[in-house]
Amino acid sequence: MPEVRVVNLTKKFGKIPAIDNVTLTIHDKEYFSLLGPSGCGKTTLLRLIAGLIQPDSGEIYIGDKLVNDVPPEDRDIGFVFQTFALFPHMTAWNNVTYGPKVKGYDMAEATTIGHEVLEMVKLHERLDAYPNELSGGMMQRVAVARALAAGAQLLLMDEALGQLDAKVRTEIRYEIRRMAKDLKLTGIHVTHDQSEAMAISDRIAVMRKGKILQVGTPQELYMEPESIFVAHFIGESNFLEGYVASKTCEGNIIIELREGTKMEAINRGFVEGNQVVLSMRPETLIVEPGLQEGQNVLSGTVERITFEGSSVRYEIRLPNDEIVIAVKPTLSSALFKIGEKVKVFMPVEYTHVFPYPDTGLKEEISVA
Amino acid sequence: MTERITKTLDKLSSRKAIKYGVYAAAIIIFFALILVPPIAGIFIKWNDIQFIFAQPPLVNRALSAIGNSFTVALIVAALDLLAGVPMAWLIARGKSRWLSALDTLADIPFIIPTTALGFSLLLFWSRPDGISSLFGTSLISPGWLLVMLLHFTFSFPVVVRVMVGALLDYKMEYERASRTLGAAPFTAVRTVTFPVLRPAMISAYIFAFARSISETGATIIVAGVFGQGGFENGAVFIQDMKNTYAVTDPALYNGAIVFASFVLIAVSIGIFIAIRLLGPKLKLPLKRVRPFAERKLSYKKAANSRNTVILVVFFALILLPSLFVALTAFQVIPTPTFTDAITGKGIWGTFWQSLLLSYGLGAIVTVINIIIGLPTAIIIARKKAGKFMSSIFDLLVNVPLVVPSIALGVSLGIFWKSAFTFPDFVLLVLAHLAITYPYFVRSMSSALERISPDIEEAARTLGAKPLGVFRTIVFPLTKYSMLSGAIMVFTRSVSETGATLAVTANLQTAPVLLVNWIKIPGLATSQDIALASGFLVLFSFIILLVLRLVVGREEKY
Ligand SMILES: Nc1ncnc2c1ncn2[C@@H]1O[C@H](COP(=O)(O)OP(=O)(O)OP(=O)(O)O)[C@@H](O)[C@H]1O
Ligand SMILES: [Mg+2]
Repeated sequence: MPEVRVVNLTKKFGKIPAIDNVTLTIHDKEYFSLLGPSGCGKTTLLRLIAGLIQPDSGEIYIGDKLVNDVPPEDRDIGFVFQTFALFPHMTAWNNVTYGPKVKGYDMAEATTIGHEVLEMVKLHERLDAYPNELSGGMMQRVAVARALAAGAQLLLMDEALGQLDAKVRTEIRYEIRRMAKDLKLTGIHVTHDQSEAMAISDRIAVMRKGKILQVGTPQELYMEPESIFVAHFIGESNFLEGYVASKTCEGNIIIELREGTKMEAINRGFVEGNQVVLSMRPETLIVEPGLQEGQNVLSGTVERITFEGSSVRYEIRLPNDEIVIAVKPTLSSALFKIGEKVKVFMPVEYTHVFPYPDTGLKEEISVA
Repeated sequence: MTERITKTLDKLSSRKAIKYGVYAAAIIIFFALILVPPIAGIFIKWNDIQFIFAQPPLVNRALSAIGNSFTVALIVAALDLLAGVPMAWLIARGKSRWLSALDTLADIPFIIPTTALGFSLLLFWSRPDGISSLFGTSLISPGWLLVMLLHFTFSFPVVVRVMVGALLDYKMEYERASRTLGAAPFTAVRTVTFPVLRPAMISAYIFAFARSISETGATIIVAGVFGQGGFENGAVFIQDMKNTYAVTDPALYNGAIVFASFVLIAVSIGIFIAIRLLGPKLKLPLKRVRPFAERKLSYKKAANSRNTVILVVFFALILLPSLFVALTAFQVIPTPTFTDAITGKGIWGTFWQSLLLSYGLGAIVTVINIIIGLPTAIIIARKKAGKFMSSIFDLLVNVPLVVPSIALGVSLGIFWKSAFTFPDFVLLVLAHLAITYPYFVRSMSSALERISPDIEEAARTLGAKPLGVFRTIVFPLTKYSMLSGAIMVFTRSVSETGATLAVTANLQTAPVLLVNWIKIPGLATSQDIALASGFLVLFSFIILLVLRLVVGREEKY
């Protein structure tokens, strides 16, 4: 039932627009992530949906109902707070059964619901401990259980995993998704961790400075970023500045980089003379010492090597003095050494070309 | 030069022996000057108790007076909580700019010396030229009701202060979480906010209780005459014993005051400990919620009518009667009384002397408090004496707060006079020191607790010596609390009557003088008294203003 729709939503704090004319639809039973750097307005958007703050303008619909004037307790939501906000004066059990109790259920009902949700989050011990006696992972489970016990169909989570260590985090994030799916909930999950968003979301909205830049499945965002920022924030990208020198007969474009280096790339409506930014994912670059000279093959020197476990990351200096990053699986081939001369091939089909941003490339990819 | 001195001091401060020496000195001073004399004194004259037991009617009178003290304090503190919490709520949560003015207004009854406040209430409610002039008859005659009103009035700001601070510190996240779980605003406050704020409410209650139990001067003013419809509590009883028997029957006098002081101190400490121990255990289980009814209570209308009621109570019952004396004082300005006052003619010479004495005493006591209170605050906040001992210490520091000040004065006077012949002024300093001690230490230790030890440790790892850490980190972060603690000490000392009456018969501080003017017929005219109170109110206002300017809005004392 709960599809969430926000239309032309704006919220300002003083002069700063924390949410700037945002329109977004989250489908029923979808597991959706709001992803963006710190301060981009994720929490603000979530709180607007929850009714904890009021928008300056725009509409919020939950289901088909306009909820702008509905207080939070009547929006039928579950909210997991960034800091958990477990009631410090209540035991874990009383925290979990708080929702049913304030909704006027009797003790027996509240108890049944409490056991059900605790079963779901797999928390059976330490139920009579107070929040300050629980570990981070347990607090997390209690917070989720408490939100579920209120019986909501819409689960809102604000960086709910931020305070947990990496191992527990990866474990719990799949559990939450599984629970949301089992219970047929709509979930909105706020995070600034792109790998977390990619791993668990049906769809993701990438936010920046109060605006939504792109909405799509993890694959879409990764394969078809619509902006330099998305290409930069989701995964990793190499960016090279240049301008369109000519077009090829296949409809591709030739981009002239610094110092006259020429690269072929897929055209996206550019004409000759356009200033552009060429982007490629590090893992799409093919690095071999013995590659034949040819289109999109450049020679370079290995400057720095970072061993990352399953992969190795090379920083390679090109003849025009720019640096590109390439990532290769550790076990697939021989490793290079610092100072080694290599050839780098950049396959045309994996290139992305964006118009050169007005504010400059640095500013465009800054997360501040 | 000064740089060399600070450097040397910094170096010295990292020597263990010196550090522990300072802490040990603070602990010894606390026991020797603050804690022991106000309690031990009564045991020195313990044997005199037989003289009052020889007169059972007097024992009964003492017991019923003491009973009155506690009844008033317990009820008044509860009423203060009832009125003070909504007021604090309005101040802390409201959005209007007017509220910061309200915040300042709420402090007024705290800062006016209680004797002036008492006289103001007397004028307002009882004298024919006050509000009673509208009704042709005294609206509230001096007696128990007026005492209750008075105590309600001067304890109210304490509750507001504590609760505003607690509300500002409270994490709104808890209340929001409750709302998202389906609780209506009223339900959220009832089941989450209030329980979380309970420790603050308990300490607000203890503060109000302590202030009520301690007050002497103003109570004497509004209590009326015992036996003629007047009201008597422990403090009034002790003062009356002094007036009646101090000269004619010193043995009986000693017996009576030792007996009354002992019972007052013992019961007061008992109640204090009971509240501290039982308060946190008092848990209201989350009973069944009635969503429909609670929802009704939650919305605008209910909140608005609550705000209206509290504002009416505040202005009509608290603020207006407190400031009424200023109005009368203004009427005196065009009369010769005013010229007499300014030129110090007749009784006014003693008035200015006593004012000077009060403020001088206040200043000395404040300075000593800062010097001896600071190490104590650090011991408590940083648990320097071990976890258990430090919390015991924390509890003991509060004792002078709940000991009725006239009883404290009696006992302390006996204690010091039995071994030394101090001039009265020294006794006054010692008495005021004992009474004001908790204020500075508490305000400082809670400020210190707000600074994370991490910050201090970080400074140490960067090479600062302990004193250097204090100078560069702790002091800048706590200087407002230090200042407000100091101002609390100062105002408390200037207001103090009970202990002053008990330790000296020769020196008259301003509030003591005012009590005498009011109680001894023919000494001063009603105009004199009103003007004198007006001056006290005026000077208090100046202090309050300076306080607001220097401390600003955020830092609450
Ligand atoms: N109550 C507030 N008052 C003033 N400004 C606020 C308030 N809440 C948020 N802001 C501002 O709005 C902007 C968006 O804040 P928001 O908390 O939504 O960011 P966020 O994306 O959740 O960041 P993070 O990942 O750090 O939690 C920020 O510039 C923040 O400073
Ligand atoms: Mg946030």
